[in-house]
Amino acid sequence: MAERMALTGNDSVAYALKQINPDVVAAYPITPQTEMMHKFAAYVADGEVVTEFVPVESEHSAMSAVVGASLAGARACTATSSQGLALMWEILYITASYRCPVVMPVVNRALSGPINIHCDHSDTMGARDAGWIHLYSENCQEAYDNTIQAVRIAEHPDVRLPVMVCLDGFILSHTLEALETNDDEAVRNFIGEYEVADSLLNVEQARTFGAFSLQNYYFEFKKQQADAMERAPVVVEQIGREYGELSGRHYGLLDAYRCEDAELVLVGLGSTMGTVKQAADDLREAEGIKCGVLKVRCFRPLPGEQIRQAVKGAAIVGVMDRAVSFGLGGPLFHEVRSACYGETVGMLNFIYGLGGRDLSLTDAKDTFRALLQAADSGEPEPTVRYIGLRE
Amino acid sequence: MATTSLKQLSDMPELLSGGHAACPGCAGPIVIRQILLAAQQDDVYVVSSIATGCMEVSTTVYPNSAWRVPLVHNAFENSAATISGAEAAYRSLKRQGKIDKKVAFFAWGGDGGTYDIGLQSLSGALERGHNFTYVCYDNEAYMNTGIQRSGATPKGAFTTTAPAGKVSPGKGQTKKDLTAIVAAHGIPYVAQASPHRPRDLMKKVQKAVATEGPAFLNVLSPCPRGWRHPPEQTIEIAKLACETCVWQLFEIEDGKTTVNYKPKERKPVRDWLESQGRFRHLFAPRNEHLIEEIQADVDRKWERLLALEAMDKAQAD
Amino acid sequence: MAELLKKDQMKPGAIVEGGTMAKLNTGVWRTYVPMTDLEKCTNCLMCWIFCPDSAIKVSGGERHETDLQYCKGCGICAAECPVDAIEMKLESDVPPDDKKG
Repeated sequence: MAERMALTGNDSVAYALKQINPDVVAAYPITPQTEMMHKFAAYVADGEVVTEFVPVESEHSAMSAVVGASLAGARACTATSSQGLALMWEILYITASYRCPVVMPVVNRALSGPINIHCDHSDTMGARDAGWIHLYSENCQEAYDNTIQAVRIAEHPDVRLPVMVCLDGFILSHTLEALETNDDEAVRNFIGEYEVADSLLNVEQARTFGAFSLQNYYFEFKKQQADAMERAPVVVEQIGREYGELSGRHYGLLDAYRCEDAELVLVGLGSTMGTVKQAADDLREAEGIKCGVLKVRCFRPLPGEQIRQAVKGAAIVGVMDRAVSFGLGGPLFHEVRSACYGETVGMLNFIYGLGGRDLSLTDAKDTFRALLQAADSGEPEPTVRYIGLRE
Repeated sequence: MATTSLKQLSDMPELLSGGHAACPGCAGPIVIRQILLAAQQDDVYVVSSIATGCMEVSTTVYPNSAWRVPLVHNAFENSAATISGAEAAYRSLKRQGKIDKKVAFFAWGGDGGTYDIGLQSLSGALERGHNFTYVCYDNEAYMNTGIQRSGATPKGAFTTTAPAGKVSPGKGQTKKDLTAIVAAHGIPYVAQASPHRPRDLMKKVQKAVATEGPAFLNVLSPCPRGWRHPPEQTIEIAKLACETCVWQLFEIEDGKTTVNYKPKERKPVRDWLESQGRFRHLFAPRNEHLIEEIQADVDRKWERLLALEAMDKAQAD
Repeated sequence: MAELLKKDQMKPGAIVEGGTMAKLNTGVWRTYVPMTDLEKCTNCLMCWIFCPDSAIKVSGGERHETDLQYCKGCGICAAECPVDAIEMKLESDVPPDDKKG
């Protein structure tokens, strides 16, 4: 039976992992991911999962072990944050290119330095070209739901790519939320058995995995990855619908909130979108400003055409980035702007919340107002703006 | 019963095919062949991971591979971590009744991938107690990338990043004692071996495979290209390393050291140094004092090894 | 030169069948060719166990000819043969028909 539970983001994902019951989980502790693995290790200790838990000595080895496990025919997961993801970097690309359908919750945290343990998206943004599918979660419910869907997406024969499920550090990972969970059997049936065509453990058919590929072959392998990424949006949508049938909670690539008639639209990722939705409601009610919010759930592959359709009726669009690509601006902004190439809609970039700097409801409203002002004045300069930053 | 009889092995399948691209006279494929022959016997199957390096690039060139046992290459520094994941998968799937074969897991790495960049990954996998055998084919430098110095390069050797020049006599530091570092993990089986004594090597492989938990084999692998010796001398050079005690054949079983080869009369290290172009500069008058120094290092290490063996024996008695 | 695989013939993840290097010819690397006198050979099999290129054919405890498709001519077999049954000769000095390995 579906059950309503009070769980933190970390615990909700650990609970999803318990229901997924992976064959292998390899992980290394890092704040703020730690409690997720505490919880999962307790499931292992109590025999509630069949999982072989590998408490590795680094995130680099976590991802390496997960690749070994995945190629050996195991459903394999890991989880990390920030520096841990950075240490995995090299193997992230290998996991994707070896087409290992690994699922990895990433509890978003700012990258050093200086060292900081709080939320921003600099960690996963840096990994956006590694060949993984990126799903961002607005709340603990979504973190739970995304983790379960990620298994199906990753393992889908048209895709076979690893998926990272992003949830904001502390803001979600450590916040208790009442959420709905599915029952174990429903999850088991939803994800099905993991099947592999080629396994390292198929000792009677010795194969070599990851052969040295030179100028004559490497390029084709990259195109295969690009093709799989191109096939992924349909799969993400289809599985989002199926999950909706199971749980009553439907998922798409984007979540367009009050965008139909919106003159101002803020685009962004993760938990902040909850605050921004509230700001949109408040401004519509109190001041009659037509605000809308476009939450990008699936950041990789980027649903460019859907983004363009969602925002093209607006007078102006603000893209909110919790990361900065130094010398360029916010990464999401540049991708959204290029997705909207040819549209006349104005576009601003708001960089906010680095290192866990809070974005209040007032900040969110001010951001809409800044958009309004830029639209009214017809002078949307400067393009890249910072919110909540001291002079 | 596992055998090391060459007569019996001659009827077993060759598990590393010809046609690979290792340099002529390379010890690496000799080491791999001997180990695979010894390991995949009776109902035991070998599953391997290999670190980036000479053996990886020369035996797996897409769309071909020389390996007739399952093999994965992941990256340079994570051969041990990768196999630990495969071994964890095996344990999980076995527990679930999804696999019933007996598998001997092997991780391979050169000295660069083991002594240096892969040391952490190796250490972690050893400490966690995975049931696998790590094989280091030690050719004492980064040969694949062009003979750069590694932690395994011996003192005085010429490498491209510690060349002998007008003021420098090659590498100034001693070779890292990786086998001792591994042994310090307290794993059940640790050994050094050499391809010139195939039966000794193969017996060690079979002990490693029979060991429950991690085992480690450090195998000297002469490199004609990097050591500057003619390719036909590969086996001779390996033998000379043991006759001079520059490389020692021993094993540590559950913490007890046994020396497997003690030359009746130890040859001088000078003979070893003379056999390879990488040490040629040591014979220049200004560097000759280093030969004494290297001899003293070898003596000290050899005597210490014998003392360890005696001590372990005394404790057992 | 073998024809290159098409993109959709390539298994994603650079997965290949084991042992397929056996079809390659590394014999062309050779400068010296091992000429083995099987009459002299005592079947000690040391040449086989020391061969880096899996080029020496054996079975039933007996040494057969050298597989010149693989042999790179390193000369280890000749150097290690305890009864000097193998001689390395310059490839160009040996008529093709005499190359029995």
